[in-house]
Amino acid sequence: MTDAGTTADAGRRPARWSAWWLPRGLHPGAWWLWALGLATAASHTTNPLPLALLVAVAALVVVRRRGDAPWALAFRMYVWLGVVIVAMRVVFRIVFGGGQGEHVLVRLPEIPLPEWAAGIRLFGPVAVEQILGGFYDGLRLATMLICLGAANALANPKRLLKAVPGALYAVGTAVVVALSVAPQLVESVLRVRRARRLRGATGRGVRALRGIALPVLADALDRSLALAAAMDSRGYGRTGAVPAGQRTITGGLVLGGLVGVCAGTYGLLDSAAPGYLGLPMLLAGLAAAVTGMLLAGRRVRRSRYRPDRWLPAELLVAGCGVAAAALTMLAGTVDPQLLYPPVSPLTWPQLTPLMLLAVGVAAAPAWLAPPPPVVRVHRPPVADPPVPVPTTTSPGDRS
Amino acid sequence: MITFDRVTVQYAEGGPPPLRDVTLHIDEGELCLVAGRTGAGKSTLLRAINGLVPHFTGGTLHGAVTVDGRDTRTHPPRDLADVVGVVGQDPLAGFVTDTVEEELAYGMEQLALPPAVMRKRVEETLDLLGIADLRDRPLRTLSGGQQQRVAIGAVLTAHPRVLVLDEPTSALDPTAAEDVLATVTRLVHDLGVTVVLAEHRLERVLQYADRLLYLPGDGHVHDGTPATALTHIDIAPPLIELGRLAGWTPLPLSVRDARRRASDLRHRLAGAEPPPAPVAPDTCPTLTARKIVVRYPGTVAVAGVDLDLRPGEIVALMGRNGSGKSSLLWAVQGSGPRHGGTVAVTGPRGTADPEALRAGQARRYVGLVPQNSGDLLYLETVDAECAQADRETGAADGACRALLDRITPGLPGDRHPRDLSEGQRLALALAVQLTAAPPVVLLDEPTRGLDYHAKRQFSAIVRMLAGDGRAVVVATHDVELVATLADRVIVMAEGETVADGTTAEVMLASPAFAPQVAKVLAPAPWLTVEQVAAAISATRAPA
Repeated sequence: MTDAGTTADAGRRPARWSAWWLPRGLHPGAWWLWALGLATAASHTTNPLPLALLVAVAALVVVRRRGDAPWALAFRMYVWLGVVIVAMRVVFRIVFGGGQGEHVLVRLPEIPLPEWAAGIRLFGPVAVEQILGGFYDGLRLATMLICLGAANALANPKRLLKAVPGALYAVGTAVVVALSVAPQLVESVLRVRRARRLRGATGRGVRALRGIALPVLADALDRSLALAAAMDSRGYGRTGAVPAGQRTITGGLVLGGLVGVCAGTYGLLDSAAPGYLGLPMLLAGLAAAVTGMLLAGRRVRRSRYRPDRWLPAELLVAGCGVAAAALTMLAGTVDPQLLYPPVSPLTWPQLTPLMLLAVGVAAAPAWLAPPPPVVRVHRPPVADPPVPVPTTTSPGDRS
Repeated sequence: MITFDRVTVQYAEGGPPPLRDVTLHIDEGELCLVAGRTGAGKSTLLRAINGLVPHFTGGTLHGAVTVDGRDTRTHPPRDLADVVGVVGQDPLAGFVTDTVEEELAYGMEQLALPPAVMRKRVEETLDLLGIADLRDRPLRTLSGGQQQRVAIGAVLTAHPRVLVLDEPTSALDPTAAEDVLATVTRLVHDLGVTVVLAEHRLERVLQYADRLLYLPGDGHVHDGTPATALTHIDIAPPLIELGRLAGWTPLPLSVRDARRRASDLRHRLAGAEPPPAPVAPDTCPTLTARKIVVRYPGTVAVAGVDLDLRPGEIVALMGRNGSGKSSLLWAVQGSGPRHGGTVAVTGPRGTADPEALRAGQARRYVGLVPQNSGDLLYLETVDAECAQADRETGAADGACRALLDRITPGLPGDRHPRDLSEGQRLALALAVQLTAAPPVVLLDEPTRGLDYHAKRQFSAIVRMLAGDGRAVVVATHDVELVATLADRVIVMAEGETVADGTTAEVMLASPAFAPQVAKVLAPAPWLTVEQVAAAISATRAPA
C-alpha cells in the first residue's frame, strides 16, 4: 500500500505518527475549507505580491497533494481562466476607463460618443495608473478563482457530494446520476451521427438534427427507465413515512438556514455591508440549516460505505486555511494601506511580516497533509477494451 | 421460495396478456431457466418476481406472487431488495455510481447495513466473483463480461436469496459468457442461491439448469426438467436437434452426455462425408482492402488487415469483444476513421474508395448495418422510413417496401419502428440500406437478441443476398450461426487477422470455435445438424 518513500519515513518516526503519514484521500471538506480560507485572504487585498504568493501556494499544494484522477488535472484550466480574467480587466480599463492618471503611456485616438452616452469614454489616453488598477483588480479575482480550482483538483467532487448530510442524500444521488448520464449522452450522439452518415445524410440542417435528436432522446429515455427500475429493485427510497408537518418544518429550516448562510457570507466578504449581515447572520443561518438537516437526517434509514472521517490531519489543513484568512484580516486592521496599495501616486507594493506569515501557514498542507493514495495503474478508457484471457479454459463441451 | 399462484398479467395498453393463469413453485437452490421466443413474456415473468410488474411497469396482476413469504402486492420492489437481486440485460444502464467498489456498496447503503458489515461483504464479494483487481476501476472502462459480473456482485452484497438474471450473456463473446455463467453456477452450488435466468442461446446454459420454464407465447408456462421439456418444444439448440435426430432419450444436455452416446451415430456416419465446402468462386474480388489501420488514443484497433470479398460470398468475422471487428467494418465502409491502407470497391460506376466519396455515394458501394440497428431509423412509421429510403437513394417509389416484403413479408406499415421486435427492426434497417443496392453488405453483430426462429429467418435473408451476387460480411460471436451460414471465417485478435479460411477449416481447428455438432462427432468434420441429417437420409436410401 505504501510507496518506498513513505515506508522509509515511517520507519524513522515513532509508531504513533506512522498512521498519520499513510497515503489516503483527505476529507474533501478539509480541502474546501482550506481553499475558501485562501480565497478569503485573497479577497482582502489587492497587493499583487501576496496575491502572487497565494497563487504560488495553491499551485504548490496541488502539485504535491493531488491524486491521479481526471478532475485533478483541471487545475491548469483554472490557471488559464485566471490569466484570461486579468487580461480582460486590463483590456476593459484601456477601452472604457481612459483618462485618469498622470503617467500616460500612449494616446489612443478617442472615439466620440453621442450625448446620451455621456460618462463613457472609448479609448483616449492610456495611463499606467489605470492599467495597474485593472491589473490589481483582475489579479484579486483570478487568485480567488484559482484557490477554488485548487480545492476542485485536490478533493474528489463526487466524494464531496457523498459527504452531504442525510437529508440532502436524494439531491446528491440526482447530481451523481446526472454527471454519469452526460458522457453517455455524448456517446449516443456520436453513435447516431455515425449511423446517419450510413444513410447518406450529411449531418447538417434541421432535418439532420431531428434525425439525431429523436434516437438519442429515445435512447436516453430507455436508459433512465432501466436505471430507475434498477434503483428501485436495489432498495432506493426505503424511507420511513414522515408526517407532512414535520417535513415542512425541516424543509423551511434548511432553506432559511441556507439563505442565511449566503447572506452572512456576502456580508462577511463585502466590507461595505452593515455589521449584522456578517458573522452573526452566518452563524444564525448555519445553526438553522444544521438543525433542519439533523431533523431530516434522523428520518433517513441509510448507512454510508467507507465514509470520509474527520481526523486531526483534516483539522490541521482546514485550520491552515482559516488561519491564513484570519492573519490577512489582522494585517488589514494593522496596515490597511499596505494591503490596498494606492495606484496614484504610484508606489511599489510592500509585504508585511503578517502577510508573509499568512502565506507560510497557507502553504503548510503541502508537507503536513497526508500524501494522496498510491497511484494504481488504470488502463486507458477505450470504447470496448479487450477481455482478459482467462487463465483456465475448458474448451471441451461448451460454446 | 418463489410461488406464483394463478397469476395473470395484463398491461394497460391492451393486447393479449403476457402471462395467463400461471401457477408454479420454484424451490430453494434451484437454477431455473426461462426460455421462449422474443415477446413471449419472459421479462414479464422475471420482473413479476420482485414486483417490478406491476409496481413499476403498470398494468394489472391477478393472483399472487410470493417470494420468501412476502407478497409482492404489499411489498414494492424496494422492500424486496434484501430478498431478490435483479440484474438486467444491459448492466451499464443499471449502474448508479461510477466505480466498482461504490457500486458494490450501493445496495447495502440503501438497506442501512452497518459500515463494518458493508466493508466485509464488499471484500468477500470482490473475491467471490474474481473482480478484486477491478475494485477502483471506473465502471465505464470495464469490458462487457466484467460489467456483468460487477452487476451480479452489486446485487449479491445484499445477500439476496433469489437472483434474477435477464439475458445476462446476450451481449458477450463466448469466453466472457462462460465466465459469467461459471460465476452463476458457482453461486448456486456454493451459496445455495436460487437463480432464475432467461436466455436466448440455450446451448450455453441448458446443461446447468435444474428446471426449464418454457413460454410458448400464449401466456401459459410449461414447467419441467430440461430433458423432458425440450422433447416437444420448437426452440432448441443444435445439440438437442441432433439428439432428436438420433433418437436419444433422454435428450443429452451437455456435449459430454451426447459424446458418450454418439459412438453409434459416429459409426453410422463412418462412410459418409459432409458436402464439400462450396469452392470459392474464382471471380475477381468486389472489395479489396489492403493494410487497413485504425487507431484510437492508447490502442491500435486494426493493425494492417487485408480483406478480399468476392461476389456471392458470405464471410463471418469473429473474435472477442474489442478485437477490432467493428472498427474494421466501419473503416472499410468509409464512415469510420481510417488511418492507413486502401480500399477499392467495384461498384455501379466503376471502382472507387468509399471514403473518398460523399456519404450518399459511399452507401451505393458498401452498405453497413450497425450493431444497434435502430440507430438507422428515426421516423414514426415503417412506411415513412421506406419512403424516406426511396427519396434518399433516388430509387423508384416502393423499392424499399418491395425489398422489405421480400425479406419479411407482411410487416404492418403503420407500426412505429421502436415497437417492432429485434428481428423485424433488423429487417427494416437492412431493407433501408439495401435500397441503395450496394454490392457489399456489412452486418455488425446482427443476431444480438434474436431467438432461434429469428436467427433462422435471418440466415435465409443473408443467403438470399449472397444469391443475388452480393458479398456479405457478418461480424458475430455466435458460433452455431456461423457454422450454418458462412462460407469463409476470419478470426481477429488485437486488431490482426489470426485465421482466415473456409468455415470447416477454421471452426474444426480450434475447440473454442467448434460448434456443438463438431464437438460431439469429432474427429469427423461435421458442422451442422442439417449436414448430419442429409447424410443419414442418404445412407438410408440405398438400404
